[in-house]
Amino acid sequence: MKPARFEYHAPTSVDEAVQLLGSLAAEDGRILAGGQSLVPTMAFRLAKPGHLIDINAIATLGQIGSKDGALEIGACVRHAAFHRPVVAGPLGQLMSTVVRHIAHYPIRQRGTFCGSLAHADPASEWCLVAVTLGAQMIALSTRGARTIAAEDYFTGIMTTALAEDELLSQVRIPLLAPDTRFGFREFSRRAGDYAIAMALVTFRLDGGTIVEPRVGIGGAEANPRRIPEAEAALVGKPAELTTFRAAAEIAAEVVEPMEDMQADAIYRRDLVRAMTRRALEQAAQ
Amino acid sequence: MTIAQPHAGWVGRSIRRVEDPTLIAGAGRFTADLPATYRVRFVRSERAAGRISKIHVPDGATAITATDLAGVKPIRPMLHKFDYVPIGQPILARDHVRFVGEPIAAVVAPSDAEAEDIAEAIEVAMEDQAAVIDARTALAAEAPRVHAEVAGNLIVKGAVETPGFADARARADSIVRLELRSRRQNAMPLEPRGGHAAFDAGSGRVTLTCSTQMPHLTRTAITDLLGMPESDLRVVAPDVGGGFGQKMSLATEYVLLVWLARKLRSSVAWHEDRRENLIAAFHSRDQFIEIEGAFDSNGKLLALAADVIANVGAYSCFPTTCAVEPLMAMAELPGPYDVRAYRCAARGVLTNTCPMAPYRGVSRPVITFALERLMDRAALEFGLEPSEIRRRNLIETFPYVSATGLTFDEASYRQTLEMAVAALDLPAFRARQQQARARGRYLGIGFSAFSERTGYGTPAFAARGMEIIPGFETIDLSMGPSGLVEARIGASPHGQGLRTTLAQIIADEIGVPPDRIRVIHGDTDRTPYGFGTFASRSAVIAGGASLLAARKVRSKLIKIASLLLEAAPDDIVLDGGAAKVAGTDRSIAIEALARAAYHQVHRFKGEIEPGIAASATYDPAGTFANACHVAIVEVDPETGQVRIENFIAAEDAGRLINPMIVDGQIQGGIAQGIGNALLEEIVYDQTGNILTTTLADFLPPTAHEIPPIELHHLETVSDASVTRAKGVGEGGAIGAPAAVINAINDALAPFGAEINEIPATPRRIRAAIHAARKPAEQRA
Ligand SMILES: Cc1cc2nc3c(=O)[nH]c(=O)nc-3n(C[C@H](O)[C@H](O)[C@H](O)COP(=O)(O)OP(=O)(O)OC[C@H]3O[C@@H](n4cnc5c(N)ncnc54)[C@H](O)[C@@H]3O)c2cc1C
Repeated sequence: MKPARFEYHAPTSVDEAVQLLGSLAAEDGRILAGGQSLVPTMAFRLAKPGHLIDINAIATLGQIGSKDGALEIGACVRHAAFHRPVVAGPLGQLMSTVVRHIAHYPIRQRGTFCGSLAHADPASEWCLVAVTLGAQMIALSTRGARTIAAEDYFTGIMTTALAEDELLSQVRIPLLAPDTRFGFREFSRRAGDYAIAMALVTFRLDGGTIVEPRVGIGGAEANPRRIPEAEAALVGKPAELTTFRAAAEIAAEVVEPMEDMQADAIYRRDLVRAMTRRALEQAAQ
Repeated sequence: MTIAQPHAGWVGRSIRRVEDPTLIAGAGRFTADLPATYRVRFVRSERAAGRISKIHVPDGATAITATDLAGVKPIRPMLHKFDYVPIGQPILARDHVRFVGEPIAAVVAPSDAEAEDIAEAIEVAMEDQAAVIDARTALAAEAPRVHAEVAGNLIVKGAVETPGFADARARADSIVRLELRSRRQNAMPLEPRGGHAAFDAGSGRVTLTCSTQMPHLTRTAITDLLGMPESDLRVVAPDVGGGFGQKMSLATEYVLLVWLARKLRSSVAWHEDRRENLIAAFHSRDQFIEIEGAFDSNGKLLALAADVIANVGAYSCFPTTCAVEPLMAMAELPGPYDVRAYRCAARGVLTNTCPMAPYRGVSRPVITFALERLMDRAALEFGLEPSEIRRRNLIETFPYVSATGLTFDEASYRQTLEMAVAALDLPAFRARQQQARARGRYLGIGFSAFSERTGYGTPAFAARGMEIIPGFETIDLSMGPSGLVEARIGASPHGQGLRTTLAQIIADEIGVPPDRIRVIHGDTDRTPYGFGTFASRSAVIAGGASLLAARKVRSKLIKIASLLLEAAPDDIVLDGGAAKVAGTDRSIAIEALARAAYHQVHRFKGEIEPGIAASATYDPAGTFANACHVAIVEVDPETGQVRIENFIAAEDAGRLINPMIVDGQIQGGIAQGIGNALLEEIVYDQTGNILTTTLADFLPPTAHEIPPIELHHLETVSDASVTRAKGVGEGGAIGAPAAVINAINDALAPFGAEINEIPATPRRIRAAIHAARKPAEQRA
C-alpha cells in the first residue's frame, strides 16, 4: 500500500493551476484537494496519477459566501466549514445537518465540498445536496469557464461531465426560501460510514398542503438524483403520514438499486422507503 | 463457594499499569521502528487455486521464489489423534497456489516503494484450477481437493458419544433443533504483523524482531525449518500492538526473513499492510453448527447433540494445527450446563481460503452462540424466561466432571446469572419492552452464560494429541545488589498489563513495592523457555510461577535477615521494603540484605549461598472462569439496524489481581464480541476472490457502536490456581455474541422472525423479517 511514483506541483494561483492541469491532464495529471479520497486510492494503486496539482495553497479558492441569491463555495472549502450554518436561513441549517453524516471529524477537516463533487461517489452527501437543490458547477480550463447544471453533471458511478483538464473552481447552490422545510435521513452500517441509502427532501407548506417538493435519493443508484414520481405524489397533498408513506413507496419502487456486499436490491428498496418517509416526517415537524 | 476476602497487599489493587506511560508518550518500540537495509514485499496469489507455470522477474530485480528455497522445509504441524492428515505449507508457493493472498515471491529492495514497484512488475503465469470455498461444498465427493493427500478435504474429524446417549434422548419430552452459521472473521490487531531480521557478522547469529505472541516457539520452529542451530537465532517480541491469537501462529513470512538475512548477511524488514492482513494473516470462526437439545418437561436438558463443521482454509497453522477449532468445539460445547448425555461430531475441512488460526476464544464464541440460542429457543417453547431455563440447567456442585471428561473447578455459574438478573431488573425491563412494542419500538434482552476454560497446562493440551504441547511457564526471579528485582518470563504479553500484574504478585511475597520489580519478556536471549501469551493463560500460569519463585526468594531474604538480625526466621516479617523482627523495632532494609547477599557473603559463614535468585515452573491442570452476559438492544425493523442500549456482565475470574486490568480485558473482549455479532465478516466470492480487503469493507466497531458496559464481579476461590486467579482474557469475546444475538431475537419475537447467523447484519435481520412476515410489521 504505497503509491506509485508521481510528480508534485503546488501552484499558488488559479491561472497557474489551470495551465498546469491543461498541460498535464494528458499524463493523468490530477487535482489534489483534501486528498481524503484520492490519497487512499493512490495507496491501493487503484489510481496512479503521473502528476498531482495541489490546489491547497491557492487562497482565493477557500472563499465561501452568498451572492446573487446563491451560496458560492470555492474549491478549497472544507467539509468542516459547514459544521455551523454558513448562511442564514434553511440552506445553512440544511448543510450543517447533512455535514455531520460525512465521514469523521478529522476527515472533515481536510476533505472539500468541491472534491466530493469531483469525486462523485454514489453515496456522497454533498452530491445529493447539489442535485436535489439544483446546484451549478463552475468548470475552468485553458479553454475558459463554463457552467454545468446539476442535472447534466453526474454521468455515472464516480464520473461527471467535468473534462480531465477542468478545475471545478466553484459550486453555486440557490438559497432556499425562508419557509422551506427540509428533512435528511441516511442509513449506514456504522457512524461515519458511507450511506447505503439516504434521502434529502425539501418542501414548503401552503395552508397545510405541500408546495414545491423535492425528493432526492442518494447511495442507492449510480448517482444521487431527484425522484419526480415521488415529488408528484406530494404536490398539493396534506403533510401527513399517509402522504409520506405513499411517496416513500413510490421512491422505493422507481429506484434501480445497486447491489453490493452490504445490500441487495430488495434491501436497498427497503432502506429507500424508510429513509424517504422519515425524511419527510422530519421536514413536516 | 468461597468468596475471596479483601487483601491488605498489592494484589487486589487497581494500581496504574507500568506499561502505559511509555505507550501514551509515544515512546513504545515496535518492530517497524527498526531501520533495515532492505525492505521486503511479497507477491501474493490473485487466484484461489492454480498451478504456477512461470514467474517473470524484471531484469535487475531481486525476487526470491520457491526454487531458491530448496533446502527449506515446509511448515508441517502435527497432531496424533482424530484422523488428522498432516499437510505441508511451503514458505513460498511451490508449483501450486491454494488461496488468494498466498505468498509466491519475495521482492527485496532498498525501500518499500521500490519493492512495491518491482512486485507490481512481476508476472506470474498461472493455470487456473478448480477452487472450493465453502466447507460444506468441500466435503462433497466430487469437490476439488485442496491437497491431493486429503480425501474429501477432511483434515481432521472428532466424534464423541457418551454411553446411554440414545436412552437419555428417548426419555425427552421435547427436542429442540437449530442450525447456526458463524461467518469468517479476522482478529484484526491494531498493529498488523511485521518482522525485522538482522544478521550479525561477528557472531553469525540472526536477531528476528517480530510482532509475535510466542517468541520461543517461533525460534524453535524457524530453526527447525531452516536447519540451523537454535542458538544462532534470537527472537525478540518488542512492543506488540495486539495479537488476539493471530500472532500466536507461525508466519511463513518470518521464516523467509531469517533465511534472507542469512543469505544477504544484512538486515531485512517486512511490514504487513492492512490489505495483506485482511487477506492473508489468518482468519477464524468460519463454522456451521447443527445443535439439538433433548429436554424433559421441566426444561431440564437431558441430552445434547451437535455437528460442527469448521472451514479451516488452505493450510494448517503451527503450533496448534487447524484442528483447534473443531476439537475445542467438540470438547467444550456443553458449556456451563449439567448434561450427562452428549454426542458430537466435529470436522475440520480444507478450502481454498486463507488458513484458520486461533482467535480470542477460539471456537467458544461460536459454540456459546449455538448453545445459548438453543437455550433461548427452548425457553420460548416451554414458555419460560431465558434466565429461568438457565437456572434449571447450570452446574452447581463442584468439582464437576463434564460429559467430555473436563473437570470444572469451583465456580459461580448460578450466582453470576442471579447477579446479572438483579442488576438489570428483569421485571422492569419486560414492562418497558411491552410499552415500547405498543409504540412500534422493538427492544430485546439476551442472556449468555458460559464457562471460560483458562490457564490450562500440558495435560489439557496433551489430551488433544498435539505434537507440541504447550502448558507450563517458567520464571527466573532475581534480586540484584541494589535490591531491584528482575523477573524474566517465558510468557509474552502484548497489551495485557502482565508486567504490572506479575509485579503485584511478587511484591506481596518479597515486601518490595511493584515499582522495584521489572518484568522482562519477549526476548529469547534473556528469558527462560516458555510458550508465550494466549489462551487466557498468562495470569494463571506465569502468575503462578511468579508466586512460587517469589516464595523461594522470600525465604532466602528471611534467612539472610534472621542471620543479620540474629532472630529466628519465624519472627521475620517482610514488609514496606524492610525485614522486621516482629514485635520489636529492629529491622533492616531489603536493599541491605541484597547488598549482603552479594558483597558481604563472608558474614554467612557458608550457611547461605551468595546471590538472590530463584526459578519456578508452573503447569496447572486449568481452571474455569465464568460469567453471565446480558445485552439489551433495540432493533429498527424497517432497516434491520441494531442499537445496543446496555450491556451487563457479571463475571467471576477468581481473585482479581488488578481489578482495573481485569475490567479492561473484559470490556475489550465484549467490544470485540459485539463486532463479531453485528459487523465483522470476511467475504469471498464463489471463485475464491476475497472482497473484504480494506477497512471500508471489513467493519470493526468504533466507539460509537460500543454501549456502556456495566461490570459486576464475584471472586470464587478455587484451588486449581495457586494465586487463586483465573484467566480472563477471552471471556468478553466468548459471551458477547450470544447475548447480542439472543437480544435481537427477543426483539424480533413479535414478528416471528429468527436469526441464527453471525454477524447479524441489518440486511440479514431485514431478510429474516421478510421471511417471517408477521402482522407486527404493519405497525412499524
Ligand atoms: C474513512 C472515510 C470515510 C468517508 N466517508 C464519507 C462519507 O460518508 N460521505 C462522503 O461524501 N465522503 C466520505 N469520504 C470522502 C471525503 O468526503 C472526501 O473528502 C471527498 O470524497 C473528496 O474530497 P477531497 O477534497 O478529499 O478530494 P481529493 O481526495 O483530493 O480528490 C478526489 C478526486 O476529485 C478530484 N478533485 C478534487 N477537487 C477537484 C477540483 N476542485 N476540481 C477537479 N477535480 C478535483 C481529484 O483529482 C480526485 O480525483 C470519506 C473518506 C474517508 C477516508
